[in-house]
Amino acid sequence: MSAHEYDHAHSSHGVLRFLTAGSVDDGKSTLIGRILYDSKAVLADQVQSLERAKHKRTEAGVLDLSLLTDGLEAEREQGITIDVAYRYFSTGSRKFIVADAPGHEQYTRNMVTAASTADAIVVLIDPTRVRIENRVAELLPQTRRHSAIAGLLGIRHVIAAINKMDRMGFDEGVFDSIRRAYVELARRLSLPEPVFVPVSALEGDNVVEHSEHMPWYRGPALLELLERLPAGRAGMEGPCRFVVQRVQRVYGAEIAAGSTIDGLRGLQGFVASGTLRVGDSMQVLPAGLTVTVHSINLYETELSQATAGQSVTVMLNENVDASRGDVLTAGPGPTLARQLVADICWLDNNAMNPSKKYWLKLGARTVQAKVQGVDNKLDLAEVQRVPHDQPFTLNEIGQLRIALAQPMPCAPFSDDAPLGRFILIDAFSNQTAAAGLIRAVS
Amino acid sequence: MTIRTLDQTHLDWLETESIHILREVAAEFEKAALLFSAGKDSCVVLHLALKAFRPEKLPFPLLHVDTGHNFPEVIEFRNRRIAELGERLVVAEVEESIRRGTVSLPHPLASRNAAQAVTLLEAIEEHGFDALLGGARRDEEKARAKERIFSHRDAFGQWDPRNQRPELWNLYNTKLHKGENMRVFPISNWTELDVWQYIERENIPLPPIYYAHERHVIPRRGLLVPVTPITPPEEGEAMVTRSVRFRTVGDISCTCPVASTARTIDAIIAETALTEITERGATRMDDQTSEASMERRKKEGYF
Repeated sequence: MSAHEYDHAHSSHGVLRFLTAGSVDDGKSTLIGRILYDSKAVLADQVQSLERAKHKRTEAGVLDLSLLTDGLEAEREQGITIDVAYRYFSTGSRKFIVADAPGHEQYTRNMVTAASTADAIVVLIDPTRVRIENRVAELLPQTRRHSAIAGLLGIRHVIAAINKMDRMGFDEGVFDSIRRAYVELARRLSLPEPVFVPVSALEGDNVVEHSEHMPWYRGPALLELLERLPAGRAGMEGPCRFVVQRVQRVYGAEIAAGSTIDGLRGLQGFVASGTLRVGDSMQVLPAGLTVTVHSINLYETELSQATAGQSVTVMLNENVDASRGDVLTAGPGPTLARQLVADICWLDNNAMNPSKKYWLKLGARTVQAKVQGVDNKLDLAEVQRVPHDQPFTLNEIGQLRIALAQPMPCAPFSDDAPLGRFILIDAFSNQTAAAGLIRAVS
Repeated sequence: MTIRTLDQTHLDWLETESIHILREVAAEFEKAALLFSAGKDSCVVLHLALKAFRPEKLPFPLLHVDTGHNFPEVIEFRNRRIAELGERLVVAEVEESIRRGTVSLPHPLASRNAAQAVTLLEAIEEHGFDALLGGARRDEEKARAKERIFSHRDAFGQWDPRNQRPELWNLYNTKLHKGENMRVFPISNWTELDVWQYIERENIPLPPIYYAHERHVIPRRGLLVPVTPITPPEEGEAMVTRSVRFRTVGDISCTCPVASTARTIDAIIAETALTEITERGATRMDDQTSEASMERRKKEGYF
């Protein structure tokens, strides 16, 4: 492909981010290695270093593709993935950012990190370790946990890749049993409808090229599935929200040489959802004032509008007191909340402590928060919520109630994703303690 | 001023993420600095910072950790660019660390690349910097592929790759204890090709050695080692003249150009799209010493 064709391919399609998830040794790193290798995204010197790699786990003459993403010494030594590796590749139609997430329960928080920015999740399932009796398959706990996290975070596309089909004699019955079990899991977790593909990451079947070993599977190979997913950016529709990150106050000597502007007050921030247009009437939260958009700039470019995801600088007609963390909104919602009901995934080694203070960061605003009570926890064995009142510990998922020290402009995640998600930070250790999604505000 | 509506191509997507990160740093840290070596990646980060903050001056100084082993064209470019922009440049010199006795090298011409970590940590302490913006990209190297965008360093400047903070959505945890610092990488998600396409689109000035030029080099172990006072020919080696360009620019003692006739950005983009060797694999002598060179340097406080 020439650079020109490359450029053309890219300028029309943007970026798709996906992660691979599933239990340890289900073959996630090998799968990504296979995609990179077969789509020619691995360069000659990387292949050479695979050939002479110290901790290779494959037979002589066979490349250990998992080493392409296991970038830490400890990972190569132990043959496991500890933290997320991000890799970049592109095909004729799209640029991809792929996150190789760890399978061990111990490192779930790193998987959550990868999942939070993903458009799609590829859940790998190793049939050699799934117990199948009377054609009923029992999925592994990490398969259930990762799928629950995907559901919690609202990942829009779920692909279940049944791996190691070469070791199951490419048997359609095995594939069907696992598919039925995963369909049931997805239903219980309210996941988007999953797409299924039988693969062998090690041998390359149905990864980039369609496999001849499974004529019973007529769908596309995994990479083609990923190429076809609609990349549609979340939040393009709906009422406009502009999050203020920083207020620019420029007078006299602070203005860079060559600028013709004499004094101004710009709101630097990003459009979290919807479209912001010059002339729009907006409300500033939390103050509640009504303002009009005078201009929208990015550097030397004046824009007539900015859409979800864009970082711009906004000038208002009115000289109002807007500051970091404020939100310009159009249309109904969000509300100013003092109390939240939220689903969280606890990420800290230290258990939740209800008498402790946490920082809660949402949008560009950080306020003090206290946990008022736990409502329920997700039971992964039964895949259902059970009433619970004990503090959360590492990797637990469930619902709690939070009180905020100051009113926060926010909304339920299902209505308004960018204003419906937050992190909790331990105010003493500074560790990121939890990822949260707002279910209700008051 | 031109008026247009931006469409969301992949470069717009990358740009907007980077600007968001730069503004978070300006808003949440007391004393940040932008690491600027005048290499192409730091030129891109500088340009993104201009986009994020102009017409005001940058809310942080630029910091160059200077090994003293520089290509003269790069230092000349650095000084000219800083003067044009009217920004503040802080230079931290490895030479100064050598005088102070905190860096000692096996011989005068030894690579000073790893020593930069010491000088950087000294500059952080001297100026009280709490956030250092850098142009590292995840596609450069396998340890970097693992690093968070906001990457925490303890009071000794160390990276603990086995215990990184979770990083959710675009909600970055910027909290630090006294003496700790944050390394922030706004172009983490950019590839080498993205960088070149963006340089072309935005017309970003670069030092001239990024474009093909004639240079004296020594072919050595698959690399083209530039002939300089610091990297003279070894005994029995013959010097040749080749058309080359630099894909990365670092310490003179460990940075090599690649054979190329690409004198324009278009030609460089075409070469980059078709290359068969990674950027660091083709140009860095220090990354080839072991599988974990970069990870070990980073643990000690390197960029």
